[in-house]
Amino acid sequence: MSVDTSTGQAAPERLSAGRRVRRWLGANALRVYMGIAFVYLLLPVAYTFLFSFNDAGRTNLTWQGFTFDNWLNPCGAPQVCQSVVNSLTLGLLVTLVATILGTLIAFALVRYRFRGRSTTNLLIFLPMATPEVVLGSSLLALFLNIFVPLGFWTVMIAHVMFCISFVVVTVKARLASLDPRLEQAAMDLYASEAQAFRRITLPLVAPGIAAAALLAFSLSFDDFIITNFNSGQFTTFPKFVYVSATRGIPPQANVIASAMFFIALALVVIGQVIGVRRRKG
Amino acid sequence: MARATDVTKAQGDLYLERLTKSFGDFVAVDDLSLTVPQGSFFALLGPSGCGKTTTLRMVAGLEDPTAGRIKIGEADITELKPFRRPVNTVFQNYALFPHMDIYENVAFGLRRRGIKDVKTQVMEALELIELAQVAKRKPAQLSGGQQQRVALARAIVNRPAVLLLDEPLGALDLKLRRQMQLELKRIQTEVGLTFIHVTHDQEEAMTMADTVAVMNKGVIEQLGAPTDLYESPKTAFVANFLGQSNLFPAAVLEVDGEDIVLEDSDGRYRMPMNRVAPSVSPTRGGRVLVGVRPEKIHIERLAESDATPADGNYVDGTVRSSSFMGVSTQYEVATAGGEIISVFAQNLSARDLLSEGDPVRLTWAPRHGFVLNGSEDMNAGVEAVTAAAG
Repeated sequence: MSVDTSTGQAAPERLSAGRRVRRWLGANALRVYMGIAFVYLLLPVAYTFLFSFNDAGRTNLTWQGFTFDNWLNPCGAPQVCQSVVNSLTLGLLVTLVATILGTLIAFALVRYRFRGRSTTNLLIFLPMATPEVVLGSSLLALFLNIFVPLGFWTVMIAHVMFCISFVVVTVKARLASLDPRLEQAAMDLYASEAQAFRRITLPLVAPGIAAAALLAFSLSFDDFIITNFNSGQFTTFPKFVYVSATRGIPPQANVIASAMFFIALALVVIGQVIGVRRRKG
Repeated sequence: MARATDVTKAQGDLYLERLTKSFGDFVAVDDLSLTVPQGSFFALLGPSGCGKTTTLRMVAGLEDPTAGRIKIGEADITELKPFRRPVNTVFQNYALFPHMDIYENVAFGLRRRGIKDVKTQVMEALELIELAQVAKRKPAQLSGGQQQRVALARAIVNRPAVLLLDEPLGALDLKLRRQMQLELKRIQTEVGLTFIHVTHDQEEAMTMADTVAVMNKGVIEQLGAPTDLYESPKTAFVANFLGQSNLFPAAVLEVDGEDIVLEDSDGRYRMPMNRVAPSVSPTRGGRVLVGVRPEKIHIERLAESDATPADGNYVDGTVRSSSFMGVSTQYEVATAGGEIISVFAQNLSARDLLSEGDPVRLTWAPRHGFVLNGSEDMNAGVEAVTAAAG
């Protein structure tokens, strides 16, 4: 299939069409593949965004016409804003508790050798590996059996439970890459244990803790299955969307979802910019 | 420079008294006693696993001794936490704080002791290592040699009673290492602090230190000035670990006045009694090891020197191999008695080069040989050198 070298000059116009396509693909296949992958990833988001401008009457399933009304009045649909506030409150509280507990566990696992350490390491992975349906229904059974009324607190307990695993794994990875000699060097330079932790260890592990916190927040905010089992009358945003799907999702849900997407995007971009600046400075 | 207020004001010589450290059944440091005079450049030299780093970490407070005391002057620091000791360490991998700039790294120790105005001292330390211009950079932006110097400044700025250096040049390439050896020596002379330098590189130890302690298997084999250790090793390990030595077994024939006379199958050797290691009992028939450095041996073609040398010791043999190394040529000479003796001959003239199979006579002055205890392993320390180099 190679170009005849004996003639010495294989002019491009003499290539067959099939060969030209193949050559073009050879040079651009990766780009084409990437483009298709991005379309696949972002099409649903684009659809959601587009339909947030739908002048929907009762249901947001078909395009009825363009309007800004949904964006100007995002709380227009009943309960939609209350569910968002619920989700945010829950997410923040879960993040706080799970990050603190998970970070402490990660330190214990990396820094100390104790009985049951490897068992703990293994058990920490279990909530991540267990199907959410199983976790959610088991927790429900547990709460019912010990007569805990379902609501905000049961959801919070459930979320903290599965978020801890992710926090531990994330912080542990960061801690493991931290040279323990840095702390020794700090103590050699007159820093007490507490000072060495505050001045050296904590700042160096902070990016890992921050990443863990973001992960915990997004997991909590996003969760539907476990929440649905354990929430009783308490409504989070995902649960609101699911429940309203039966009678038509209001376009305000699209507005809030789109806004969430753009806020997350902005946060990522800001984080990247700060990171690049810091590396340069 | 103004002396900083120390956490403990201990000053003076460093004393290690019967220091022992065991990890389970393994004794890393075995009943070690040592005095390091204030202001000296002291090297702990030995192969990896000889206990030198453990000794250093005990002085720093990063390792608790199983038994024994550590004192600086009058003050017993054995029980003190690392941050309460007037001791600072330059770590093997530098251990610079990656999230702080160079200035803050150097200021760290001063700030922890509550010193308000650190600028003068930090800048003085940075000028000492000639890196004041990188004060605002992060450690990752510096070369290995620069990071090494920053680690040194970060320790020196605190004016510790004792400065510990844990293989500080190990990560540098050969050329930079030579340069930093001279640099370290200059800085030590300039600041006048006690430096304890741990290394497996015998050349590094001899270049820099006033006193070298050769460690092996948790104990100090010999301690002294580099020239003393090199010229008069007291054990086979020291003879082989510091430079190269020819060692071959012989038996004591007699003690003749100031001299000892030895004999092996190749002939007789006469050496002054002061060249005999203290562990040797000079009784007739006693087994000893005769030692002589390759560069102390004079090699010449046998035909040209038929007469027996008047005062020199000599062995006849044939050249087994020769390798030309520029400044010198290394010969391996096989003796009639079955010994292999290596000789370094200066290349004064290319015409004098000997070739394989040439009959030769090796001679050396009596005061250039040394006599060790015959029960020692002739090859002790040889593998250690190879391992340390690798």
